[in-house]
Amino acid sequence: MTAVANPLPITLRPRRLGPARIGVYAFLLCASLFFLMPLYIMLVTSFKTMDEIRLGNIFAFPVSVTVEPWVAAWTSACTGVSCDGIRGGFWNSLMIVIPSTILPIFLGALNGYALSFWRPRGSQVLFGILMMGAFIPVQVMMFPLVRILATLGLFSSLPGIVLVHVIFSMPVMTLLFRNYYLSIPQELFKAARIDGGGFFRIFVQLMLPMSTPIIIVAAIMQVTGVWNDYILGLVFAGRDNLPMTVQLNNVINTTTGTRLYNVNMAATILTSMVPLIIYFVSGRWFVRGIAAGAVKG
Amino acid sequence: MASVEIHDLCIRFGNNEVIKDLSLDVVDGEFLVLLGPSGCGKSTLLHSIAGLIDVAGGRIDIGGTDMTWADPTDRNIGMVFQSYALYPTMTVERNMSFGLRINGTPKAEIERRVNRAAEMLQLQPLLHRKPSQLSGGQRQRVAIGRALVREAGVFLFDEPLSNLDAKLRAELRRELKLLHKNLGSTMIYVTHDQVEAMTLATRIVVMRNGKIQQIGAPAEVYEKPENLFVAGFLGSPGMNILSGRLNVSSNGLVFVSKGLTLDIASCPLMGRPGNEQEVLLGIRPENLLIHAAGELQATVSVIEPMGNHHVVWIDFNGNLLSSIVTGALTFRVDEAVRFTIDVAKVSLFDKTSEQRL
Repeated sequence: MTAVANPLPITLRPRRLGPARIGVYAFLLCASLFFLMPLYIMLVTSFKTMDEIRLGNIFAFPVSVTVEPWVAAWTSACTGVSCDGIRGGFWNSLMIVIPSTILPIFLGALNGYALSFWRPRGSQVLFGILMMGAFIPVQVMMFPLVRILATLGLFSSLPGIVLVHVIFSMPVMTLLFRNYYLSIPQELFKAARIDGGGFFRIFVQLMLPMSTPIIIVAAIMQVTGVWNDYILGLVFAGRDNLPMTVQLNNVINTTTGTRLYNVNMAATILTSMVPLIIYFVSGRWFVRGIAAGAVKG
Repeated sequence: MASVEIHDLCIRFGNNEVIKDLSLDVVDGEFLVLLGPSGCGKSTLLHSIAGLIDVAGGRIDIGGTDMTWADPTDRNIGMVFQSYALYPTMTVERNMSFGLRINGTPKAEIERRVNRAAEMLQLQPLLHRKPSQLSGGQRQRVAIGRALVREAGVFLFDEPLSNLDAKLRAELRRELKLLHKNLGSTMIYVTHDQVEAMTLATRIVVMRNGKIQQIGAPAEVYEKPENLFVAGFLGSPGMNILSGRLNVSSNGLVFVSKGLTLDIASCPLMGRPGNEQEVLLGIRPENLLIHAAGELQATVSVIEPMGNHHVVWIDFNGNLLSSIVTGALTFRVDEAVRFTIDVAKVSLFDKTSEQRL
């Protein structure tokens, strides 16, 4: 026997660029331009001098690139009376974000775990109430919360703003973890019960180590959410803890003489840097998080 | 080692009564199989023995002590689940030792028990792997190992082989039987697979709609089914059923059906049936013998080759009956054949109550 001399010709998958495809690409192109154009303008403007900005060519590339506006935005832009830039706000935001991410994740995981595995009497009702909380606008609860925190002596303080973030994130965090734990077979939990695991041991030694994907998703949602928050920070943080978003607003609204567009642009980009970096680094996880929240309600 | 006694057990899910007034004694050291179709309450019963489901009434004794409301971990049981339920973040060794580490067993003792279980189940080369790196059969062996290290008095198996392919299932089935022989522990095993039940059990409990239909040794349940349901559930192909009436006279007992008059005087009956009683005659395929000297005639309809035997379906007056034929076939499809029925081994059921006569 000899090998077959001429093998069958392999047909390649035909490439077709039909009108439907072209339409889809055209739409995607328009959509990305719509979102990228402002970013482009902000970037080029932030590197221009004020003289160049006054020429009015907002799409033009900077002729003489300067980092002066960035330095000014970070260190010396005026937020109301003080002129220290928005770096203070950066550290304030960081101080708020870190506990406001760790605590809700831990508590949300604990809630989700209890609701999906232990199912205490009335847990369905409790979950329903919690979900209703997700649909009530923040503004409705604002004034009562101010009164409560004032009574507790937590108003205008770091613990106060963290507590507010923990409260408002509870429905979503609980939902996220509950849905994740519902996808884990009950038999696993039962096996651990027979092995003698109690409430916290099963949670810490078994469920938390299994939750890495959903913890990452929750962390992304929480960090971006808390970082982008404006109204809660403005109301509850107090003057010493104002987050970066509030300070950015102050920078932009402080008008003494000319509007420094380049500094404003730089300050804005600096403020949105943290969420932007997170989106870029964690694109895959972020999409998964959106899907996790959407698939099972 | 321990016995299990269940008295008047009731289990409700909402208003739905899954198990009602069920009593069952599991003798120390026996291999009891709970057999039934899905939804018959067999898994529910097992989970209630494990303490994973609250009972609505009744009492469960394990090893002579009342365990009705005891925590699962205090019941002196080990359990194996259908989905393996291995802890995915732990290695095989840590999976098996998890329970022992929780109750603070000394390290040396943990090591001894894990090694013993690993040796019994040939798991030593896998001890440091994660469950995701194991095949289905290996995973189930680890799950069995995890139950073994508890050195419990009673082992509970919830359809442990259902997720495996046919070849592995047969292999693990044999291993389980060996394990029971070596350990001598009480084992309660839930399955819907009658082959597993027949091969493993010392006693089979056939269940339906939360009620026990029959308890007995595999051969007893197979040969003398208490009712039509048990008769149909066990055996592959199932029992052949012919509908007819009885003719009781002073000189014998005759079963009369369309085109069939069968003297069943040699059929062992429990009671004295009435004349003209409507009955169902059950014949196991191996008791329907095809041979040239048979007094009955039928047409071959379908032949299913099974390797070491053939299942031959014959058309007898419009009833499709199955017969198991070993050895070479002397006939082909659509040919006429003659056959006899081994009357000593038939079952007779009342048509309305479907109970064995």
